[in-house]
Amino acid sequence: MTPADAARGGELSPPRGAPLVELRGITKRFGSLLANDAIDLSVDAGEVLALLGENGAGKSTLTRILYGLSRADAGEIRIAGQPVTVSSPADALAAGVGMVTQEFTLVGPMTVTENLMLAGSPLGRVDRKAARARVLAASERLGVPVDPDAVVERLSVGERQRVEILKALLGDCRVLVLDEPTAVLVPADVELLFASIRRLTAQGMAVVFISHKLHEVVDLADRIGILRRGRLVADLPAEGLDPAAIAALMVGATAAAEVEDEALATAVGLDVGLEGSGPEPTAPAPVADRSRPAALEIHGLTLAGDPRPRVDDVSLTVRAGEIVGVAGVSGNGQTELVALLCGTTPATAGTVHVGGSDVTRLDVAARLRAGLGRLTEDRRGSVVLGLSVEQNLVLEDLDRFRTGPFLSRRRVRAHAESLIERFDIRAAPADPIRSLSGGNMQKVLLARAIERDPTVLVASQPTRGLDVGACEYVYAQLRALREAGSGVLLVSEDLDELIGIADRIVVLSGGRLVGEVAPADATREALGVLMTGGPREPAA
Amino acid sequence: MRFVLRSREPRWLAPASVGVAVLLTLLLTAGPIRMAGSAPVAAFERYVVTPLTTPNGLAEVLLAATPLLFTGLAVAIAFRVGYYNIGAEGQFLAGAMATTAVALSLPDLPTVAALPVGLVAGALGGVAWAFLPAFLRRRAGIDEVVTTLLLNPVAVLLLQGLLNGPWRNPETGFPDSERFGSGYELPSLFGTRVHAGLLLGLVLVAVIAVVLLATPLGVRLRAAGQSPSAAEFSGVPVGLLQWRSALVSGALAGLGGASQVMGVQHQLTGSLAAGYGYTGVVVATLGGLSALGVLAVALLLGDVQVGAQNASIRLQLPSQMGGVLTSVLLLTVVAALSVRHYRLVRRTPRSAEPLRAGGG
Repeated sequence: MTPADAARGGELSPPRGAPLVELRGITKRFGSLLANDAIDLSVDAGEVLALLGENGAGKSTLTRILYGLSRADAGEIRIAGQPVTVSSPADALAAGVGMVTQEFTLVGPMTVTENLMLAGSPLGRVDRKAARARVLAASERLGVPVDPDAVVERLSVGERQRVEILKALLGDCRVLVLDEPTAVLVPADVELLFASIRRLTAQGMAVVFISHKLHEVVDLADRIGILRRGRLVADLPAEGLDPAAIAALMVGATAAAEVEDEALATAVGLDVGLEGSGPEPTAPAPVADRSRPAALEIHGLTLAGDPRPRVDDVSLTVRAGEIVGVAGVSGNGQTELVALLCGTTPATAGTVHVGGSDVTRLDVAARLRAGLGRLTEDRRGSVVLGLSVEQNLVLEDLDRFRTGPFLSRRRVRAHAESLIERFDIRAAPADPIRSLSGGNMQKVLLARAIERDPTVLVASQPTRGLDVGACEYVYAQLRALREAGSGVLLVSEDLDELIGIADRIVVLSGGRLVGEVAPADATREALGVLMTGGPREPAA
Repeated sequence: MRFVLRSREPRWLAPASVGVAVLLTLLLTAGPIRMAGSAPVAAFERYVVTPLTTPNGLAEVLLAATPLLFTGLAVAIAFRVGYYNIGAEGQFLAGAMATTAVALSLPDLPTVAALPVGLVAGALGGVAWAFLPAFLRRRAGIDEVVTTLLLNPVAVLLLQGLLNGPWRNPETGFPDSERFGSGYELPSLFGTRVHAGLLLGLVLVAVIAVVLLATPLGVRLRAAGQSPSAAEFSGVPVGLLQWRSALVSGALAGLGGASQVMGVQHQLTGSLAAGYGYTGVVVATLGGLSALGVLAVALLLGDVQVGAQNASIRLQLPSQMGGVLTSVLLLTVVAALSVRHYRLVRRTPRSAEPLRAGGG
């Protein structure tokens, strides 16, 4: 018997007034990053708590600590008033805490019942009949029919999520944690999920859920906790809050003052690149800009996906000499959009033109020749870790360094040395690239992309994980590229970065471009509302 | 204490770990040799040193190493691009059978025509045997390890079927083919049993070494094998390279089969299915998938193979002990080469999960 079992005493709901879950002073540090900073938070029985915050604000860390996937450096967890030690998911389940993470953990070829048996059953004889009955009972509790004999891999994403929830409910679960449950769901499934959550709270359960979609939060939550940079900055009843107010709290309205004047002054690229969606820019586009050639033209670009397109009819133009920012909460199609542009994923529909030539059907090598430069978020996936710095620097242009049939080591070395000098890479040409720091590796990739003098550079999260100096370096390089007349498409989750450097910012949500913000209006609130689906339908 | 991935590897580490593996092999095999009734040190001397001390022994070592050069290169070039061809055995036999088919149907060709025709037939036979798995991998994504492996016994059965059927020797009645016409005999070297197949193998080693080390293709092959997605991202056509390497690999193994029937046996016999292809996997792996590594390991295994025959006569050690020695060597070298990527650190409670990224 754990203390939690003793405390529970068979009662499903504790007396009103005592919070069911209480987090006190939860602190978690990852290296220099303070992911959770002395967070105090509680949830009552029958209550839905929504946890909000930008990417990296510490929401996932906090829920992982509650579920025992991660251990807090300091702080205390109390369930129904009793302090408990949660050092593994098993402890959490024993204390009545269940969680559904963003990645499902189901065995595809097995049935629903078998999956649930895997999760809960101790060693010994397996009683299928009893297990099946328990599945039916749990699905009754959820209020949604689930076929206990269905094979999991044939279920839709929404149905699989229900199975995950059933799995969490199997133990004597009193607190259910859902990490971005609606991110993968179609609207009909979202409604079913919300109905289930309401049913569970009516039975006295507490639900904690993480979401980026503010209108959902307003619909469902009783209380809202907002995290920013690891700190709990707001903990207030949901009653009477509207999405705009929440977005302002989330992104920290005062932070909007940090907009760089210099960036605003140079931000003249006001051209209407967005076709068919999003608001018209407030200021008319300067004539000079219209005359600039398009560096990158995307038209109707689509990548099919289940249950809905991952990239949905995206049209966008980046002109020479401008930086277009793409804002969005992660997982809204940015990675897929970049993969489509880089040529690593074939498009379902739509066209991509680089500098006027159609590259939609071209492979990576031909796209590079057409003038496309790439800088993806997956830095270590963009270099061949087993090769040296110089080999990686010339990997995209091997044929340029050929003397007869042979690779000229001398010219490769000379080229690498000049790039190392020019881009201030802290490494020797022959060093294995795996030994480089993230910042240096990014410099190698920047050097490789910029050295080819690209017509357009597609840069995704170019500063993620870099220290301040390296970030500044990347910004300087991107600005220099703009001055030199290249177009830059900058995909980023860092709003300050976008506001600081982009000439205009488009917003991607659910795989669609839902709006464009002119530089003058590019405030964190405005972007925050668009990113979190504030206006439910884009103005088409 | 726990293992942590090294971020940086000193240059001496790989050779040093091979050295450790060799020592470990000697220690591990000393027991069995002792149990078989011999002094380990004397046995090791028989295995490795004795064959190299006489001209005849040396020639036998080169002869034993020749087929391993071909199959080792075949496997190395495929593994290097991430195409795991375990079918060198079948491709080797298919090459030998194709050469035999040509030699039996055109027995009177003069040397100047017969040698190239016989060798090309062997290469094409190997390609034919490698084609289906490579095609299935490229078009349907079917794992080549399974398909290439399963085609090996098919080749062995085909060989036996041919030898017991249409190709059975009409004079002796044994399940061997007729002897080839004299035009198909690879010239012998230094008046020994060593034949021109060795020269062909050495030329291939040199060519492949140059391609891998000094051409853009070599860099692309390495990139494709080491991280396919990153190579693909950089415009390297990984699938195409794998497809071509698979066929080249089959051709090399098939050439090995041709060299063996044209240089040593001068007829097709059932003894050709002696595991040269499987040993090729060992040769390529131990040789670090490099051409010069394949050369060195093929010679070493040839040495041990001749030494094992010697030791079984002089020391009454079972001849299988040579196989035990090379197999243990393979295990220890592969283990040592993987372990070298790690270093041991003492566990500290504070940094228990240093790699978990914070998320929101």
